[in-house]
Amino acid sequence: MKAYWKENLGYLAILLSVWFLVSYVFGILLVDQLNTIKFGGFKLGFWFAQQGSMYVFVILIFVYVRLMNKLDKKYGVDE
Amino acid sequence: MGILAWTWILVGLSFALYIGIAIWARAGSSKEFYVAGGGVPPILNGMATAADWMSAASFISLAGIVSFTGYDGSVYLMGWTGGYVLLALLLAPYLRKFGKFTVPDFIGDRYYSNTARIVAVIAALIVSFTYVAGQMRGVGIVFSRYLEVDIDTGVYIGMVIVLFYAVLGGMKGITYTQVAQYCVLIFAFMVPAIFISFQMTGNPIPQLGFGGSGEDGVYLLDKLDGLSQQLGFHEYTSGSKSMIDVFAITTALMVGTAGLPHVIVRFFTVPRVKDARISAGWALLFIAILYTTVPAVAVFARIKLIETVSNAEYSELPEWFGNWEKTGLLKFDDKNADGVVQYVADKATNELTIDRDIMVLANPEIAQLPNWVIALVGAGGLAAALSTAAGLLLVIASSISHDLIKKIVNPKISEKGELMAARISAAVAVAVAGYFGINPPGFVAAVVALAFGLAAASFFPAILLGIFDKRMNKEGAISGMIIGLSLMFFYMAKYKLHWIGDPTVDTAENWWFGISPEGFGTVAMLVNFVVSLVVSRLTPEPPKEVQDIVEHIRIPSGAGEAGSH
Repeated sequence: MKAYWKENLGYLAILLSVWFLVSYVFGILLVDQLNTIKFGGFKLGFWFAQQGSMYVFVILIFVYVRLMNKLDKKYGVDE
Repeated sequence: MGILAWTWILVGLSFALYIGIAIWARAGSSKEFYVAGGGVPPILNGMATAADWMSAASFISLAGIVSFTGYDGSVYLMGWTGGYVLLALLLAPYLRKFGKFTVPDFIGDRYYSNTARIVAVIAALIVSFTYVAGQMRGVGIVFSRYLEVDIDTGVYIGMVIVLFYAVLGGMKGITYTQVAQYCVLIFAFMVPAIFISFQMTGNPIPQLGFGGSGEDGVYLLDKLDGLSQQLGFHEYTSGSKSMIDVFAITTALMVGTAGLPHVIVRFFTVPRVKDARISAGWALLFIAILYTTVPAVAVFARIKLIETVSNAEYSELPEWFGNWEKTGLLKFDDKNADGVVQYVADKATNELTIDRDIMVLANPEIAQLPNWVIALVGAGGLAAALSTAAGLLLVIASSISHDLIKKIVNPKISEKGELMAARISAAVAVAVAGYFGINPPGFVAAVVALAFGLAAASFFPAILLGIFDKRMNKEGAISGMIIGLSLMFFYMAKYKLHWIGDPTVDTAENWWFGISPEGFGTVAMLVNFVVSLVVSRLTPEPPKEVQDIVEHIRIPSGAGEAGSH
């Protein structure tokens, strides 16, 4: 079960890095730099802060669910 | 048919639906009362969580806040959605596996201490009461605007409805009414948004529309940046807050969201650990539908408003302007007596005061949508306020009947007695919340936003460490919670409420690290983490059986039913 927990923590580290990247890095820390890039009527930094980060959040949870369901099966701890 | 008639019909129908569901989904046992029997399908739990989560503030005020603050409003958009990622990945599955009824249950058992349990109960009550008072007020305000009754009468009607299904149905009744309320509120929010998006940009999807251009071929966001600067406001797509404060507020809101008891408890209602994970996903999807529409509505409404009123002859303004002037949400003061509306950032020459709530409430009228759409917004606002109020009242009721009475005061209480105690606590909580709704203490509005900081400073570290740090003991967790909570209180009292210190000195210039009270939860949370870790390493490790519990909750299989072990 140590291995199960370790793999779980690995997934968490990756997914939470993406979570941090799209909101804090793209939406806040680098917002001015990204705002110089435009696609359509959106400035990219602004778009991440008010749209993109939220889409990624939703996707992240569903990816997590998939990964964990597979992991549970692999270690025989699913229900 | 007029707006008022439509409103009565739509509100009446939605209320009949809620009451019908409440009668059908009565709670028969304390388990049904606390966690809906633990048998709610994940997708329905997701909807219920979304309705529970999205309050009158999300529905009515959020678009207005974003509308007036532009980029700065992003803290709420990211903060109130990003917290679900933390919840889904770090807390929900493990708390579901733990399988009890309440958050203080987890804290009390994991930290093998009734002191920890009591600290958690107190924190849960403080957080929930500050939050619920605002909701009851919200119910009253929506009633008064749409049904033309006074605010107090509105609060009484809201109390009766909530009393009916929270006391009778408990979590089971609340869950299924929240599912219905989600449907009502999302429909009510999206219909006008889609209409307006199509009207202004030719694209029916608001999320895409606000990146598009209007008839003149200018991108809406560029146009709004230009208009804002012309009138002396800051550019819409860039902010006026400091980066560190934006960072801190976003974190406090995210972590606070993950630590709010009325949100966490929703994940106790599903049958298995994997259901807890996926229902967090559904919840965020359902929330994101509204939250990604909000910034679009904010842009549409602001452009429409500026274009309609700025430099317009007062006598020639459309009818809705007069209607909303009557409610006091719009105020025109012709300072230079030229009969023309000057709407500018400069306070000395600005002649128009706009309440931010109008951006959602009046938007359908400004866009000249049909009467039934305007009435729908009222029904949606009520659904949002009622569903959140009910969820919070349940947390308050179970904190008292389960965490205090059953676990501490009288462990021998019978099942029937506990259910009765839960119902009485719910009724008392409704009465207290209603009282605060009718006589709002001046500080409520200021404190609601800080409920997140309080939750971040108290629950989040204690729960997270309880799962991920096997070595964490009661000494560490209790001292962390108390110090985190006290620090947050101190900062609130000093910089927000001005109960202590000198108001002339305690201004924004003197905030610690330049962080506002709204963002200070982040600092208090970090202090909580540090204190917990240091104290726990200096005191004895937790007993073997507690360490076994931690091992046990990390493995998803064998969750069983909530409360059965």
